[in-house]
Amino acid sequence: MQVDVGKKVDLNPEDRERLAQSGIELGMANRCGSYLQMNQDVMHSTCSEEGIEVLPYALALEKYPWLSGYAWQLVKKEKDEYTRYVAAQERPVGYVIIARKGSNNILPIQACLFLGREQIQHVHNILIAEEGAELHVISGCASGSHVGKGGAHYGISEFYVGKNAKISFTMIHTWGEEIEVYPRSASRVEENGVFLSNYVCMKPVKKVQMYPTAYLEGENSVARFSSVVISTEGSHLDLGSRAILSAMGSSAELVTRAISRGGEIISRGHIKGEVKDTRGHLECKGLILKDGVIYAIPEIEGSVVGTELSHEAAVGKIAQEEIEYLMSRGLDEDVATATIIRGFLDVKIAGLPDALQKQIDAAIDAAEKSGF
Amino acid sequence: MLEIRDLHVEIGEKEVLHDVNLTIGNGETHVLMGPNGSGKSTLLMTLMGFANYNVTKGTITYNGEDITQLPIHERAQRGIGIMFQRPPTISGLKLGKLLAATYGDRPDEIAEMARNLNMDRFLDRDINKGFSGGEIKRSEVLQLTAQSPKFVMLDEPESGVDLENISLIGHAIGKLLEKDVHIVNRKKSGLVITHTGYILDYLDADKGHVMCDGEIKCHGNPREILKEIKARGYRECLECRSM
Repeated sequence: MQVDVGKKVDLNPEDRERLAQSGIELGMANRCGSYLQMNQDVMHSTCSEEGIEVLPYALALEKYPWLSGYAWQLVKKEKDEYTRYVAAQERPVGYVIIARKGSNNILPIQACLFLGREQIQHVHNILIAEEGAELHVISGCASGSHVGKGGAHYGISEFYVGKNAKISFTMIHTWGEEIEVYPRSASRVEENGVFLSNYVCMKPVKKVQMYPTAYLEGENSVARFSSVVISTEGSHLDLGSRAILSAMGSSAELVTRAISRGGEIISRGHIKGEVKDTRGHLECKGLILKDGVIYAIPEIEGSVVGTELSHEAAVGKIAQEEIEYLMSRGLDEDVATATIIRGFLDVKIAGLPDALQKQIDAAIDAAEKSGF
Repeated sequence: MLEIRDLHVEIGEKEVLHDVNLTIGNGETHVLMGPNGSGKSTLLMTLMGFANYNVTKGTITYNGEDITQLPIHERAQRGIGIMFQRPPTISGLKLGKLLAATYGDRPDEIAEMARNLNMDRFLDRDINKGFSGGEIKRSEVLQLTAQSPKFVMLDEPESGVDLENISLIGHAIGKLLEKDVHIVNRKKSGLVITHTGYILDYLDADKGHVMCDGEIKCHGNPREILKEIKARGYRECLECRSM
């Protein structure tokens, strides 16, 4: 299937580029499925992979009434003003992806959420990987280059990872300097299930606030969150991730690389070990390249014998010694600095398909080319 | 190739090198010896142009050009290279990526160079992170091989290296300094700091110097100087004011 999704929407070259920076392939190269939402309009929804369905939210709930048992289960309607706003919509919009038992998409599905004018874009997404299924999704979120004050995105996402199943969800943001973004998401992971959540934000945005939670309810279930972010002047990123280890053998790893170039980053993290034989590690490393704020708030909470939790957090600057070391190999100061920053942001995610790791690398490489 | 005249260097407010004079010709390898803290590494770092080493007087001339105030990378680009004794660890930066940055994106050739130094398994590793003493030295020699400097400075290349690795590193350094090229045609020069002298088995150094208290006290045949130091230590050097 080679559909040019871009033909379905009227996008100028600049906006196409912004979507490309978010990991969206409008030509559908290396993608097995796609969901495209412009503002509140669903433009496209398809998947060619056997056993996997990509449906608009409203259609999915109509087609599969049992889905109502999944909606608003992990994220509560009354959680805050943003969830209430989305829950109150008469015409809910978003996508549902169901990976049936044993299915597997080698090429990822892309979900494109594009905000083209000053309004609140709201979405509600449900992703389900049934027993033994493997589902890989890249979510590219972007706004048009000219969208100004008043643009906002409220996104509810609920992930259900079945027994021996796996979901990887890679979200790359390319919002604008005036856009506010409030994702609200949670995942439930069953026995031997794996949930990977990756977040990349290299572009200026007014505000992002999110604190997704993984409920590890099955034995030997795993959650890994990784965030790679840069905050420029005027950007406020309040990010976090939380893992509740409530089954024996479950484990979680929360990794953040944060760079402030004058912006504010609050990096939260919380791992709660509720039963024995559980492990969790939380890591936040921050670089301040221009006066700004990186506020790391790591929390580990163990309540039983046999849970092993750890955290490390460090905020600092690039060591002059490292810059000079690279300069002695012939790199000028700017290139040496950028090379070190690129290395700092280089987080390899265990279990992530190459195509998605490359997409993350490409987003960071693009930021490197523009001098971070 | 390199001429140092009346060089005085401060670190912070303290003068560490006083009136250092040294000339190294094309194709020559010189050895610098001296007790700990005598200023040997300071001299190498100053020649490379590191920020904390403030030249208050004197000149460094390289191939006829005064490079005393030149930034580090411009010295490197002109052909000066350094092997660090204790290089920093750079988290996230892969050795292979740095090699590509200095040598060019020629992965096959880089892999071949790495194989020759038994470092091919380290190309995807963070630079110096978790490296043993010998691995750090091999990494340094590999980086210099990729850089191919004309003037090579080596700060204790044998320290922390086992005998097997010394041979590997020694031969690689010998190649860097074109020891396999006839003296008439040899273009590359070097300045080597050594305590043990093991590295001399691979370098055939031309001249030796002893540095004490931030000054070069004497010159001579490197093996004879080393023999004296091994027999009598640096006490006589410290007392010597004959220069």
